[in-house]
Amino acid sequence: MAQPLIKKDDDRDDEDNYSPFLGIEKGAVLQEARVFNDPQLDARRCSQVITKLLYLLNQGETFTKVEATEVFFSVTKLFQSRDLGLRRMVYLIIKELSPSADEVIIVTSSLMKDMNSKTDMYRANAIRVLCRITDGTLLTQIERYLKQAIVDKNPVVASAALVSGIHLLQTNPEIVKRWSNEVQEAVQSRAALVQFHALALLHQIRQNDRLAVSKLVTSLTRGSVRSPLAQCLLIRYTSQVIRESGNITQSGERPFYDFLESCLRHKSEMVIFEAAKAITDLNGVTSRELTPAITVLQLFLSSSKPVLRFAAVRTLNKVAMTHPMAVTNCNIDMESLISDQNRSIATLAITTLLKTGNESSVDRLMKQITNFMSDIADEFKIVVVEAIRSLCLKFPLKYRSLMNFLSNILREEGGFDYKKAIVDSIVILIRDIPDAKESGLLHLCEFIEDCEFTYLSTQILHFLGIEGPKTLDPSKYIRYIYNRVHLENATVRASAVSTLAKFGASVDGLKPRIFVLLRRCLFDSDDEVRDRATLYLNTLGGDTEIDNDAKDFLFGSLDIPLVNLETSLKKYEPSEEAFDINLVPKEVKSQPLAEKKAPGKKPTGGLGAPPSGPPSTVDSYEKQLLSIPEFANFGKPFKSSAPVELTEAETEYAVNVVKHIFDTHVVFQYNCTNTIPEQLLEDVIVVVDASEAEEFSQVISKPLRSLPYDSPGQIFVAFEKPEGLPTSGKFSNILRFIVKEVDPTSGEAEDDGVEDEYQLEDLEVVAADYILKVGVSNFRNAWESMDPDSERVDEYGLGPREGLSEAVNTVITLLGMQPCEGTEVVPPNSRSHTCLLSGVFIGGVKVLVRLSFGLDGAKDVAMKLAVRSDDVTVSDAIHEIVASG
Amino acid sequence: MSPSKLELNPSVKNILLLDSDGRRVAAKYFSDDWPTNSAKEAFEKLVFNKTQKTNARTEAEITMFENNIIVYKFVQDLHFFVTGSDDENELILSSVLQAFFDSVGLLLRGNVDKKEALENLDLILLCIDEIIDAGIILETTPNTIAGKVGSNSTESGAPLSEQTLSQALASAREHLARSLLK
Repeated sequence: MAQPLIKKDDDRDDEDNYSPFLGIEKGAVLQEARVFNDPQLDARRCSQVITKLLYLLNQGETFTKVEATEVFFSVTKLFQSRDLGLRRMVYLIIKELSPSADEVIIVTSSLMKDMNSKTDMYRANAIRVLCRITDGTLLTQIERYLKQAIVDKNPVVASAALVSGIHLLQTNPEIVKRWSNEVQEAVQSRAALVQFHALALLHQIRQNDRLAVSKLVTSLTRGSVRSPLAQCLLIRYTSQVIRESGNITQSGERPFYDFLESCLRHKSEMVIFEAAKAITDLNGVTSRELTPAITVLQLFLSSSKPVLRFAAVRTLNKVAMTHPMAVTNCNIDMESLISDQNRSIATLAITTLLKTGNESSVDRLMKQITNFMSDIADEFKIVVVEAIRSLCLKFPLKYRSLMNFLSNILREEGGFDYKKAIVDSIVILIRDIPDAKESGLLHLCEFIEDCEFTYLSTQILHFLGIEGPKTLDPSKYIRYIYNRVHLENATVRASAVSTLAKFGASVDGLKPRIFVLLRRCLFDSDDEVRDRATLYLNTLGGDTEIDNDAKDFLFGSLDIPLVNLETSLKKYEPSEEAFDINLVPKEVKSQPLAEKKAPGKKPTGGLGAPPSGPPSTVDSYEKQLLSIPEFANFGKPFKSSAPVELTEAETEYAVNVVKHIFDTHVVFQYNCTNTIPEQLLEDVIVVVDASEAEEFSQVISKPLRSLPYDSPGQIFVAFEKPEGLPTSGKFSNILRFIVKEVDPTSGEAEDDGVEDEYQLEDLEVVAADYILKVGVSNFRNAWESMDPDSERVDEYGLGPREGLSEAVNTVITLLGMQPCEGTEVVPPNSRSHTCLLSGVFIGGVKVLVRLSFGLDGAKDVAMKLAVRSDDVTVSDAIHEIVASG
Repeated sequence: MSPSKLELNPSVKNILLLDSDGRRVAAKYFSDDWPTNSAKEAFEKLVFNKTQKTNARTEAEITMFENNIIVYKFVQDLHFFVTGSDDENELILSSVLQAFFDSVGLLLRGNVDKKEALENLDLILLCIDEIIDAGIILETTPNTIAGKVGSNSTESGAPLSEQTLSQALASAREHLARSLLK
């Protein structure tokens, strides 16, 4: 491409702002557009005015309906002119104005004339314009010309007709489908672009007919497609056929793979890349199939063209997620890309390397990345930090250099999200790699010395309070923590006080010194800080042994969801009776967001951001139940399910049921609504047939006196069941009542009623109803603190599944337990996954479950289930649930 | 004409020509991703800011954001951009960019700068019209594109004799002014 560097004049600055359209105004241009109506047309002038109109539209100016119509009508006059250039501009502006159907009629005849003109340019453009603005009725009139145009010997005309066909297929498929023969002929065209457009149209005409597409692909992959663009299309269609046919033939050969592979040797880079991409995207691609594609992508990595390097490294990055070994051959080329001018390429290269790197290359890689980090944007840095985190978990022995790297970048400038990503990573490394603890904690200590983000400081202080006392020399952290009490804002100070107290509680030797420090905090200017100091001084009190309650208070994780605590506290009214934290429901009502987003850290006492969620409805149920004397001796309900609908939406009577589980009883609460204004229901009962629930026996049924229109009422039915067991059963329900007609005007009901029934859907009590979703803040700690003897492990085959994610969700729903640490989310394409669940079994028995899923063969999912609980029988019960589920 | 229905077809979301301050010289959008003019301007601003410091003068450069792939190339005070979705073949987008870039070069006879582009805005707009038709690639050979656009410019613009007197005077004045200011 010629780019003569013209020596610019000295007055370049003035020219900079020069524009032929300077000070242009819509009103004035619309005035100027009157020249279109002159009897003697000045073609050049008219062209200029159209250009001005297009300029205005291009700059985002809009014309009112009236203005647009006016311009459109005067433009149609310009068809009188024979000037080629002007006609070209007329076509363009008609498309821009997108006239309405009644206006289109005005230009139809002129355009149809042009469609049959001898000038190719007229024919091609008239077709494009007409097809753009036309509707179905007109299309049948011009169909004949369009078919001719498709096989026109001028490629420009043929392409115009074909592309228009592609657009029209969306709106008038039945007409365009009649052009198959012509389109098929055009596929054989010698003109590259015609072939491309014809292939695109032909495929779209046949896209719903799998066999036809397969045939098309079969014939073309053998034949000669000349245009690179058409070849790219063919590759896409081929991969679609491969995807849909799904299976590999007996010999292990994938149909059409040879074709894709042969495209890797095409002369056009566009086609080579398309084929390489298609191969890497193949479902369940094997390493043998990958190799040739990786080889060409590797060549692209050292291309002089940034676009080519980018395309290659992006594709390889994707491959590295599923087949890291296949990409290792490119590592050397990839390393040289770290210094690439284009930062997108460099970032992609680094993250690929981090995925494919082996233990020995880690140190070298770290050195290179350090230089690179300073000159990329935060968003890229976060990607790198995350990649480093997973690398470190993969190679725990290399924690030293990775930890050093993290602490170095922690010291540099950066925004909150970036810093948070680093801190999260360090925390995870400390948790999972015991050797990294000491150095990691010190890095964090250094960081809070000079940290501008309150949130991060408090999180780190909390973490220090838990991990610090367990180290060999806890005293060295005290200085860092106490410094916070001097130098920070109230939130951080309060947090530091709590952390000090934790050190005092766990390390006896430090206790007197901590007390001195805490006493100083009593004079803090902030009341929260003073309160905390007072509280801790009293709890840890004097010289006596610190009792377990105090320890629990300091270290025990809050096993109550914060939302529930908040609602309970709001409801509490000051009275003689103290607030009892044990009465706060423990059921998690909504997925706490914070848990998903920050796997490294959990909200703490009052510092972390409380997860937001709708206030729980459990309390209102409980009140209702307790107010019914018959149920008073059942005790406190263990769990109340979410309402289950027993009727379709918009039926005469809407009924849903809430299952309340007690130790020895189950109560069904039927919430009924009468949706018919002309009816009053009386003596409403639910007849429950428990023949498929043998272990349940009905004890109480509380009917509903009357159920007027649109005011919900409740019916209760109680069953007795074996104590403490997850008894399951199926119940069928019939709503029985007396209907009375209601006079719509007076609202009075008639005296006589008719007995009637209404069939409701069946209801099941399942194992999950006996388990509360109660999360734990640190699964690993909780798991280790449970008695290993209570562990029960077994393996299960789950048979063929849609994917791991589906299998994981099925088991979670079956058990009704709370997923921890975001482990319910399965990363795409993974072959194995571990999911952590926690809950409380009926009788208040804590249960933890560790599920390991693996994908073997094609789609068979195998699962290893490990359970620990406070009661061995419960561990067995969980296995029974899974075995029978 | 939703692009999702044409998913297998290579498609272009927009073609932009901006000046060295990020202002729009010519722009054509083929996708509904940016429904309003302010959304378009915001996108242009973002693209410009993200790319302005890079050196895209000898080879086309590429970047990715908001699920879009953007290929771009600069010359003088003009910035050329082509945007496609992030699953598009980068090299196809790059061939569209090259077609746009080279055809403009041919149409402006090598004097590719903002002033020249604005003075021949009709050619630029026609050029875009000949490269992409509602998102579908229509033609990528620069000579063919320039030929299709230029066939009229030669007819209407070339012969000096056909210029009106005032036009001739205006152009003479411009030449004079320039030579005086040297």
